[in-house]
Amino acid sequence: MIKHLLSAADLDADTATLILDTAGEMAALAEREVKKLPTLRGRTVVNLFYEDSTRTRISFEAAAKRLSADVINFSAKGSSVSKGESLKDTALTLQAMGADAVVIRHPASGAPDRLSSWVDGSVINAGDGTHEHPTQALLDAYTMRSRLGKLDGLNVAIVGDVLHSRVARSNVLLLTTLGAKVTLVGPPTLIPLSPGAAVSYDLDSVLPGADVVMMLRVQTERMQDSYFPSAREYSRRYGLDAARMRRLPEHAIVMHPGPMNRGMEIAPEVADSKRSTIVEQVANGVSARMAVLYLLLGGKA
Amino acid sequence: MTSSYVIRGASILGASPADLFVSDGVLVDSAPSNAEVVEADGLVALPGLVDLHTHLREPGREDAETVETGSRAAAMGGYTAVCAMANTSPVADTAGVVEQVWRLGREAGLVDVQPIGAVTVGLAGKQLAELGAMAASAASVRIFSDDGSCVADPRLMRRALEYVKAFDGIIAQHAEEPRLTEGAQMHEGEVSTRLGLTGWPAVAEEAIIARDVLLAEHVGSRLHVCHVSTAGSVEVLRQAKARGVRVTAEVTPHHLLLTDELAASYDPVFKVNPPLRTAKDVEALRAALIEGVIDIVATDHAPHAVEDKECEWAYARPGMVGLETALPVVLSVLGEQWDLIADRMSRTPARIAGLSSHGLSLRPGEPANLTLVDPAARRVVDPSGLTSKSRNTPYAGTTLPGRIVATFLRGEPTVLDGKAQK
Ligand SMILES: [Zn+2]
Repeated sequence: MIKHLLSAADLDADTATLILDTAGEMAALAEREVKKLPTLRGRTVVNLFYEDSTRTRISFEAAAKRLSADVINFSAKGSSVSKGESLKDTALTLQAMGADAVVIRHPASGAPDRLSSWVDGSVINAGDGTHEHPTQALLDAYTMRSRLGKLDGLNVAIVGDVLHSRVARSNVLLLTTLGAKVTLVGPPTLIPLSPGAAVSYDLDSVLPGADVVMMLRVQTERMQDSYFPSAREYSRRYGLDAARMRRLPEHAIVMHPGPMNRGMEIAPEVADSKRSTIVEQVANGVSARMAVLYLLLGGKA
Repeated sequence: MTSSYVIRGASILGASPADLFVSDGVLVDSAPSNAEVVEADGLVALPGLVDLHTHLREPGREDAETVETGSRAAAMGGYTAVCAMANTSPVADTAGVVEQVWRLGREAGLVDVQPIGAVTVGLAGKQLAELGAMAASAASVRIFSDDGSCVADPRLMRRALEYVKAFDGIIAQHAEEPRLTEGAQMHEGEVSTRLGLTGWPAVAEEAIIARDVLLAEHVGSRLHVCHVSTAGSVEVLRQAKARGVRVTAEVTPHHLLLTDELAASYDPVFKVNPPLRTAKDVEALRAALIEGVIDIVATDHAPHAVEDKECEWAYARPGMVGLETALPVVLSVLGEQWDLIADRMSRTPARIAGLSSHGLSLRPGEPANLTLVDPAARRVVDPSGLTSKSRNTPYAGTTLPGRIVATFLRGEPTVLDGKAQK
């Protein structure tokens, strides 16, 4: 098993599949009356969050606690982190505390890579800048597989601000590894150079062939930087509304990593439709993160 | 202190071994009496190297480098003159600051330190600094640069180019269109996409160079382009030179050797501005240096304190130390083309900077500014072994050819047996 999860590129097909299978076992566990496993008793998992992300932090915290780990939350607010302590000094503190795993969310791309060179424990990237968010990709892949029964050969459209999206980067890598075909859709200004997947600027032409549509959050501040002229024009060209949703095949699902801008990239009736996996993505997040912690910290599948 | 030396058996620019005689600061044609002998068997003698682009950090960041420590690092790298960039704190935008740096250089006495003056007050790009006062000062400034920032305002750039004609000045431009590089962290391309780091597109450099060569042509002024880093820039320069524009250009050792793939480690020791580019750019820069489209190698020696590099990539300061590894890197890139190396690292930079006692042939009557290199030596770069006060070399663990054995500044050794003499 790999030691750190810094990028979805760290996962080959076998490892990724093992994590998804393990996530399935963890999900089954959640159905039981006693939801805790003793697997990580006595192990310490630190949530090191330099960005506010209650959703992701709570998901990791729940995952670690269901595995009986001791959880320490180290957040940017109300700690030495906000007083400008360097990442390296924080790493040395965590090292002294004997952290077995550090889950890090950071606004700077690559911060988890840096951290991994300064601590002995496992480092799990919970989102770094505009780089990656590999556990999000795992929970997304898990969700697709649960709904559609497979990943190999699926057509997945990822729509929106790909340029600034760590979710998109991790999904492209993981889904490609697992045999899905990814098409990135958005205005040319929001598609990076050499994105490693097919690209389309025309959402309507992509929808009829899509098994999965993943809508990315688009920040309206991007308008100020001229990535697109207005929220209205963005929404008209790249938003998923009810009319567009009808262009999808019967079985296709609609995903969103959250938090959503209802009315911007996704219409409320789409977000709340039966195609939408948005609520189960949250539940699957805990299972996928349990699987990652379990496997990285030496649990045997 | 001895002032007479016989440098025995040195190979001048790779020619057959001959003795060099030094007396009272100049090369002479016969052995002076009471001369100290420096054995130079197997060593190549080059005119002392001249760096047109050095950040000495003093005043302001003496924790990273001082005029003295940077001068010592330069001597250890085979340099006898360096041009000190103006982005200090306070900025070298007045006669007072450039004279301070110049005096510190004289006191250290390890290389000639020629201050560069800022183009604009505080490098803010709004108002011309007192260029004439700096030119008329004891530091006799001729090169002006806002390096670290681009003189982005086209009207201000035009005025600066025109104004310095009065004292044969030259504007050295850090070519970076600021609006195209907001938040930029590394070369924009496949690797920046993969790493999720904001891209610094090649066109941000090329667009400024294209504009500036046209401005320089229009007003008939001298333009120098700092640290050219892209294949596209080379083409812009080639065309400008073919039209007779008075433009010169430099390339750094690191842009001749390293590529953007190194950013994949997220180790900020590889973060530099302009950023490391692609293998295709490296190839074009090497060819341009050999061809002369790029005139010189300049180090852009940029020392930084540990805390400014031992952090997240985005928070790290850009820059690499380079004085002590420049010649070995160039040697590894060009091979033992000694005359070409002397031209690109000594003669031409001295000519551009107007340093009339540097970059001269090693013949009797000329100032004894020279360096002795052992081309057969191989050295693994060890950051802790650097003379510079800072350790931010991108070559840690890399084996490079060539070792600087001795450097003479006006007939006195600043380095002997690979050791600084003061
Ligand atoms: Zn510069």
